[in-house]
Amino acid sequence: MTAAVYAARKRLGAVLISKDIGGQPMWTGRIENYMGYQYIEGFELMSKFEEQMKQFPLEQKIGPQAVSLGRIGSGFEVETDGGEKYQAKAVIVASGKRPRTLNVPGEEQFKGKGVTYCSVCDGPVFAGQKVAVIGGGNAALEAIDDMVKIAERVYVVSVTPFTGDQVLVERVQVAKNLTEFMEHEVLSISGDRLVNGIEIRDLKTGEKKKLDLSGIFVEIGLNPNSDLVKGLTTLNEQGEIVVNCRNETDVPGLFAAGDVTNVPEKQIVISAGEGAKAALQAHKYLQRL
Amino acid sequence: MATKEVKVYSTPTCPWCKKVKQWLDANKIVYTDFNVAQDKVARDEMIKKSSQTAVPTIIIDGEIVVGFNEPVLKEKLGIK
Repeated sequence: MTAAVYAARKRLGAVLISKDIGGQPMWTGRIENYMGYQYIEGFELMSKFEEQMKQFPLEQKIGPQAVSLGRIGSGFEVETDGGEKYQAKAVIVASGKRPRTLNVPGEEQFKGKGVTYCSVCDGPVFAGQKVAVIGGGNAALEAIDDMVKIAERVYVVSVTPFTGDQVLVERVQVAKNLTEFMEHEVLSISGDRLVNGIEIRDLKTGEKKKLDLSGIFVEIGLNPNSDLVKGLTTLNEQGEIVVNCRNETDVPGLFAAGDVTNVPEKQIVISAGEGAKAALQAHKYLQRL
Repeated sequence: MATKEVKVYSTPTCPWCKKVKQWLDANKIVYTDFNVAQDKVARDEMIKKSSQTAVPTIIIDGEIVVGFNEPVLKEKLGIK
């Protein structure tokens, strides 16, 4: 959205194509490190971004998702899932990341039927029930912290010991309804109409165990939404788009910004700054043509 | 056009639930909001009718929409 604002202010004739407005911050409950706000919810901050964006002349295509991006001469053509095509001299990819999946049997089948990737959204639906949080980082710890207050029992299953902030680890470990299965992996998810259990395995002993539960919160990190440019530009081992300090990829006219890139540290404030940089660089690129 | 019955099943912490309700308000759609974090009857009703546990779940004259999907909501509500 920041790139769109900067592009609009430079009168680049930009079109914003996005399946939704807000991206990852929409899944974030509490934000205490975006300057100008001591505390703000992700939804509220993104509403403010959207409101600000609407102050500028910008063609917005919200709903369709860009599914392919190819070269046409020295420019580009973007195609959406609805079959609409857009041609441009320069493109900025700021598609962010999506939750990483477990890739175990039952996960796809029970997505939204007990398996969730947004504990801040769906957590309260599982009040009074048995749930598992998968993962050991900060996102998992925050999900545990929320769920121990309302669930009957919370199992945490992680292939590693806790890797998140010690302050969060200490906070959740005092909960009497938390059972830890550290250095365990998830083998499968079972259910009927909805989830009713998972099978896990101890990575040290190989011992398998079945847990009866109704909710599974997958919090094992994020994958970049870079499929659009796979084969067109260079991605790193994590699948992130490789950019230089000017947000340029190795394809002239193709820029990228934010969490989808190899820029270290994934933060809202950093992504916003990167979006601004990318739009200013795109402007310079277009001036040189 | 007859008014459609719109039910929104939501939780207070869910950003997309807020977004859906904000969008419905902006389009002057009358709806009933059920807080499934507190209302266990509504929670069970949502799961029974939609066979899933994600919020927001929107039921428009019996038709189920999960999540904030603007094109689908527009189509079901007859908004151009």
